[in-house]
Amino acid sequence: MAASAEGRGYRPDALAAADIDAYLVQHQHKTLLRFITCGSVDDGKSTLIGRLLYDTKLIFEDQLAALEADSRRLGTQGQEIDFALLVDGLAAEREQGITIDVAYRFFATEKRKFIVADTPGHEQYTRNMVTGASTADLAVILIDARKGVLTQTRRHSYLVNLLGIRRLVLAVNKMDLVGYDQAKYDAIVADYREFAASLGIDRVDAIPVSGLRGDNVTAASADMPWYSGPHLLAYLESVEVDLTAAQALPLRMPVQWVNRPNLDFRGFAGTIASGSVRAGDVVRVLPSGRTTSVTRIVTAGGDLARAAAGQAVTLCFADEVDCSRGDVVARADEPPEVADQFEATIVWMADEELLPGRSYWLKLGARTVTATVHAPKYKVNVNTLEHLAAKTLELNAIGVATLSTDSPLVFDPYARDRALGGFILIDKLTNATVGAGMLHFALRRSQNVHWQALDVSREKHAELKHQKPAVLWFTGLSGAGKSTIANLVEKKLVSLNRHTFLLDGDNVRHGLNKDLGFTDADRVENIRRVGEVARLMTDAGLIVITAFISPFRAEREMVRKMMSTGEFIEIFIDTPLAEAEKRDVKGLYRKARAGQLRNFTGVDSPYEPPESPEIRIDTTRMSAEQAADLVVERLLR
Amino acid sequence: MTHAAAPTVADAPLRLTHLERLEAEAIHILREVVSEAEKPVMLYSVGKDSAVMLHLARKAFFPAPPPFPLLHVDTTWKFRAMYEMRDRMARESGMDLIVHRNPEALARNINPFDHGSAVHTDIWKTEGLKQALDKYGFDAAFGGARRDEEKSRAKERIFSFRSASHRWDPKQQRPELWNLYNARKARGESIRVFPLSNWTELDIWQYIHLERIPIVPLYFAAERPTVERDGLILMVDDERMPLRPLERPVPRSIRFRTLGCYPLTGAVESRAKTLPEIIQEMLLTTTSERQGRAIDHDQAASMEKKKREGYF
Repeated sequence: MAASAEGRGYRPDALAAADIDAYLVQHQHKTLLRFITCGSVDDGKSTLIGRLLYDTKLIFEDQLAALEADSRRLGTQGQEIDFALLVDGLAAEREQGITIDVAYRFFATEKRKFIVADTPGHEQYTRNMVTGASTADLAVILIDARKGVLTQTRRHSYLVNLLGIRRLVLAVNKMDLVGYDQAKYDAIVADYREFAASLGIDRVDAIPVSGLRGDNVTAASADMPWYSGPHLLAYLESVEVDLTAAQALPLRMPVQWVNRPNLDFRGFAGTIASGSVRAGDVVRVLPSGRTTSVTRIVTAGGDLARAAAGQAVTLCFADEVDCSRGDVVARADEPPEVADQFEATIVWMADEELLPGRSYWLKLGARTVTATVHAPKYKVNVNTLEHLAAKTLELNAIGVATLSTDSPLVFDPYARDRALGGFILIDKLTNATVGAGMLHFALRRSQNVHWQALDVSREKHAELKHQKPAVLWFTGLSGAGKSTIANLVEKKLVSLNRHTFLLDGDNVRHGLNKDLGFTDADRVENIRRVGEVARLMTDAGLIVITAFISPFRAEREMVRKMMSTGEFIEIFIDTPLAEAEKRDVKGLYRKARAGQLRNFTGVDSPYEPPESPEIRIDTTRMSAEQAADLVVERLLR
Repeated sequence: MTHAAAPTVADAPLRLTHLERLEAEAIHILREVVSEAEKPVMLYSVGKDSAVMLHLARKAFFPAPPPFPLLHVDTTWKFRAMYEMRDRMARESGMDLIVHRNPEALARNINPFDHGSAVHTDIWKTEGLKQALDKYGFDAAFGGARRDEEKSRAKERIFSFRSASHRWDPKQQRPELWNLYNARKARGESIRVFPLSNWTELDIWQYIHLERIPIVPLYFAAERPTVERDGLILMVDDERMPLRPLERPVPRSIRFRTLGCYPLTGAVESRAKTLPEIIQEMLLTTTSERQGRAIDHDQAASMEKKKREGYF
């Protein structure tokens, strides 16, 4: 045996025995490294972790005695100790001989304390591995030297990379079973590096080991003189911790709890997610956008001059700014984004599949909001990394989708900041955690522009006008009757003392959009601008009426998403093409048919009718007057 | 653990030690529960883990006192020194202390000598805890359990969900990602929360040492009256302990690595009178912490079974 129980490579107790005070001082300055081990059932993962625990003396004699007894009864190593049995916890899995969940193990050396997330390699792999990887600084990818890079190796690597782990170490295990052959090892490492590069992973370290025999686990191997790098434990002890990188980012602190024991103290408690803060710094509270300065950084051990990512503190501000749980304190000149629509990668973790359109709780930082996930753009085959069409996400599926929230979220893209880009989804009925996600970006670029805090809110504007703002969005073919009906609707609303404004397609093209033509791209931009103007007007408390052909579903949906829930009322003026062409009030169809007008909707440019408009008006069965009455009645009821 | 933030050049990174990171994690967890639960409570067992947990709670909400009460599920068989420490810590922390003793156990005079450790623990502790949680309507209870204690704990979540009948289902645990804890539950259901999940026994001792946290003197070695039974050294803490024929209490220099009901808690012979000496002994010792507890020896997967039934 390369490293026997007698000849352990690592002896943590020597200093403790000789000089306990020196030992304590040394151990007070240990850092913490969290890592995840990824491998399949047969890669010898449990054996490797068991070996680390055993060699760093985390196993006591009574546990060892139990282990020896268990090894004889259940073990797979004949008369030798089966280290895997140390790691496999629950009764059910012991019987099955596999681990079923994420387990956390601990060991320490004089330099570091380690927390290992141990996750299984079988069918629940995605959920468990994503969970374990979410808190890890580093991943140890296990490969069986006899088998080389397998599908599951690629899967594991994709997942840890997806979760933002930038540091991977390849442990090529079971080297004893390939005769400690360097050529085999080199080939596997080269093979893996090529694959990793395709994922965008630029740095991979590799170590040849034998978990069973202890080679290069906690001591250098006598059987592999050709390997001159560190053994696994030495590597783990020296690798840089992620916290340092988080501290280099701009300040972010989600407020967890407002501490107000009496009238003289008002502090905002939270864990600094990234960056650092000093007393005196000017900060911005989001989403409100108010700025103030930090007067104190309070801890029970005394005020701090500076605090950084990873520390749990309580901040006091110079001004009485409005700040509550879920808000984010940020560097005033580098605030995070605020948005309510996002693209994200979502990992589904529940037996019941994702229901696009259903409301879930979304928790990000200290904020919980209602979120709706739209139909996925695609899902990822984690074995081949192909993108597949998907209508939903089932257990363990990973997909990219857009989502909208009912109130604005303060966030950073996950790739930049894990703390403000990762979220969980919770089923509102069962309260189960059903999904996890990583935000890519806000859908509307304008959200990158910081919001100026305004004292008069949109609610106040609406309240003054005694009305609920809305957008009555008329869509339909040219000549369908949109402008006629819209005009009647406005007249009726004004007579009822409603404050309205009508945005007409033709009129807007004389001014705001006179630079736009009728190509598809210009039509999209036309609608985007009108949507923005309509949104500003609803902020001002108005009932906005728009009459645009707006031929594409996607853009109408885009405008719908700009508005608060229930504010966008899509009215489909359903006039058949033949009928509109027969009326041809402006003579445009004739021109289009004659080839004098290009890109004319219904002639040589498509119209996509709404699938489920709030109101549908069939102009072949209803007069303009009746239609207008119907719209007004629906709006005001 | 204050960081003497020296005015360094261009904000050099603060290197947080492992204890500072564990402390921050625990404080984060405590604050999340207080923000999301309706009626939280801290289970206070007076042991060293409880001492650390209480200390962290006082730090988390400073300068306010922790906004929840302490609950001691008493069996009437704890060491006398534990009752003294309990009352002292409640006074010093300014927190309310609720002591619950299972009235049924009291009426039937359940004790470890006549009923055995399993029945004693089940009725006083497991049933007593459920009664107390139901009686006061607590929907979240902090416990000092650590994942390194034994194998079934290693897989338990930090926020561990319990059904309305207090049962734990290891197959229905919620995935726990990043530091985003899901504390949502239906009425009647509750969560047990373990802020010390990622601490080891060594971390606990080092932290007590570093932060000068008061602990029950029984953790330090002293001459105490003892008897030896079934391989365990037991301390004769009061006159209720029935001595067997020919059995005489013998003074031994002992200390305890873990504290519970005195008739069920085995001592170790030791001369360690200071925290560094205790830590030294722990590092050089060859038996695990739970070995001193009679409860674990009953059966192989005993802890997992007890936890499913509602034991903390």
